[in-house]
Amino acid sequence: MNAEPAFAEPLSAAPGLDARSVALRKLVITALEGGGRGHIGSTFSLIEIFRVLYDDVLRYRPDDPAWTDRDRCILSKGHGCLALYALLADKGFFPKEDLSTFCHPTSKLGGHPEYGKIPGVEFSTGALGHGLSAGIGMALAARMRGNGNRVFVVMGDGEINEGSVWEGAMCAAKHGLDNLVALIDYNKLQSYGPTDYVQPLEPLADKWRSFGFAAVEVDGHDVGALRAVLSTMPLEPNRPTAVICHTVKGRGVSYAENKAEWHHKSRLSPKDIADLTRAVENA
Amino acid sequence: MRRTSLDMVYELAKTDDRVVFIGSDLGPGVLDQFREEMPDRFFMEGVSEANIIGMAAGLALEGYVPYVNTIATFLTRRCFEQVAMDVCLHDLPVRLIANGGGFVYAPLGPTHIAIDDIALMRSLPNMTVVSPADAEEMKRAMPQTLDWAHPIYVRLGKGGDPIVSDEDAGFDIGKGIVMRRPGSVLIASSGVMTGRALEAAEMLAKSGVTCGVVHFHTIKPLDADLITDLARGVSSIFTLDEHLRSGGLGSAILETLSDTLGTQMPHVERLGVPDAFTREYGSQDTMMRSYGLQPFQIAETIRRATAADEAA
Repeated sequence: MNAEPAFAEPLSAAPGLDARSVALRKLVITALEGGGRGHIGSTFSLIEIFRVLYDDVLRYRPDDPAWTDRDRCILSKGHGCLALYALLADKGFFPKEDLSTFCHPTSKLGGHPEYGKIPGVEFSTGALGHGLSAGIGMALAARMRGNGNRVFVVMGDGEINEGSVWEGAMCAAKHGLDNLVALIDYNKLQSYGPTDYVQPLEPLADKWRSFGFAAVEVDGHDVGALRAVLSTMPLEPNRPTAVICHTVKGRGVSYAENKAEWHHKSRLSPKDIADLTRAVENA
Repeated sequence: MRRTSLDMVYELAKTDDRVVFIGSDLGPGVLDQFREEMPDRFFMEGVSEANIIGMAAGLALEGYVPYVNTIATFLTRRCFEQVAMDVCLHDLPVRLIANGGGFVYAPLGPTHIAIDDIALMRSLPNMTVVSPADAEEMKRAMPQTLDWAHPIYVRLGKGGDPIVSDEDAGFDIGKGIVMRRPGSVLIASSGVMTGRALEAAEMLAKSGVTCGVVHFHTIKPLDADLITDLARGVSSIFTLDEHLRSGGLGSAILETLSDTLGTQMPHVERLGVPDAFTREYGSQDTMMRSYGLQPFQIAETIRRATAADEAA
């Protein structure tokens, strides 16, 4: 690695969570309790990204999820679905009570989000490296139709190991898709361990720039900073945007933060749920 | 057949603005007229099949009908997960136009020889698999792809294949066509094998064996009613695959008859490529001969089998 990244180390000792961030995490815990499992670390790094997208950035109608002019938001790292489910429930795409059915046999809410089952889900994901290309198709369609909607694709840092992401990056830049925003949840831990060990990504922002994107780095838990960045899309005309969101895996649960073993947990006990709730309330 | 197919994409695009074309890195000049007249709907996206399929899925979700064209092996093997998840799981009207089905790229070796494409595509829920016999049948097939609500894989032949299809037979996705009424023996074929089947049947007729030919331009969904009805009246069915013996038309027929007739099904013999990668080059014709798929070889195989039946 040649350049020292602006955020070389995982974020720590971040400021405490505000009431909304706590409430959203408690919605996630509702689903974790209902399903007895879930990608905890991968979800909690995403919460503020989705909070700002759905509170401040995206145009959508919960009572008309197929509204033509809506902005499209694809969670490409589908295993972080509980963050998306929490926001969709919070916004009224479906009742919050449904969260408790997470992973139940007949629930619409599975361990990865499915298009056609869940109102507000734009694309079925779970296999990694698929969302950006689908988003490119949607962004091209928006351009052809001229209806001005935008496409946001949220990817994981481990996910961008996939070659298909970089095929898509070249394609998006070739077409100058300034209605496309790629957000990277850069929590620096993939399933096995640190991204620096498994597949180093630095210099990450420069990688995206070299592929033709306008890129910016932001603290992915700083709601104000995220809001400021995402309200100015595109960063540059005729270029797609990459927003590198520096995050903490497991953010909000002190004993899970920056720990790869909290990527996913199953067989969550009532005590686990109580501990998670307490931790989030005290974060 | 390829030229006809792509010309038809251009014709369809002129009349329907949902049609978009996506190529990988095709030969110079391909669909120039399309690019010049409808540049917004013409995409040549480079050697990036995974991205191309995902992009096609995104466009299809927005109401477009993308026709994606590249070499069959790369359109099936290289981006299999994208075809499965992005296109088939979402059940989108994406059309995969596959150059060089079967042995067309024989001189280029196993990286380019598509003898597993039907098996791969047939395994995917929601996918339709079409393999017309010749350019004329392709002309009848392509308009039907416009409003079919599901993904379609279209296997293209080499081009210049003899015209054997019958205009009066029409083209309905999912319907087989009886090209020659059977006696006790029936050949079932698809794609350019149907021309060879008809030649073999003619040879057999000269030696006193009445052999029918049924053409399945649609391998999936297979016309189960037709093959079941025909199977009830014959003692043997010989299936022809320019493909591995596993997973192609022969497999589809065996599976279907097992479901519909069970132990009452006639003897089914599958002619095709054994379970191995090809090891030679040459041409489509020389390779057909190597695997016993030329008309005189098909006729001889059937003659021997029927003679053995009579002796028994």
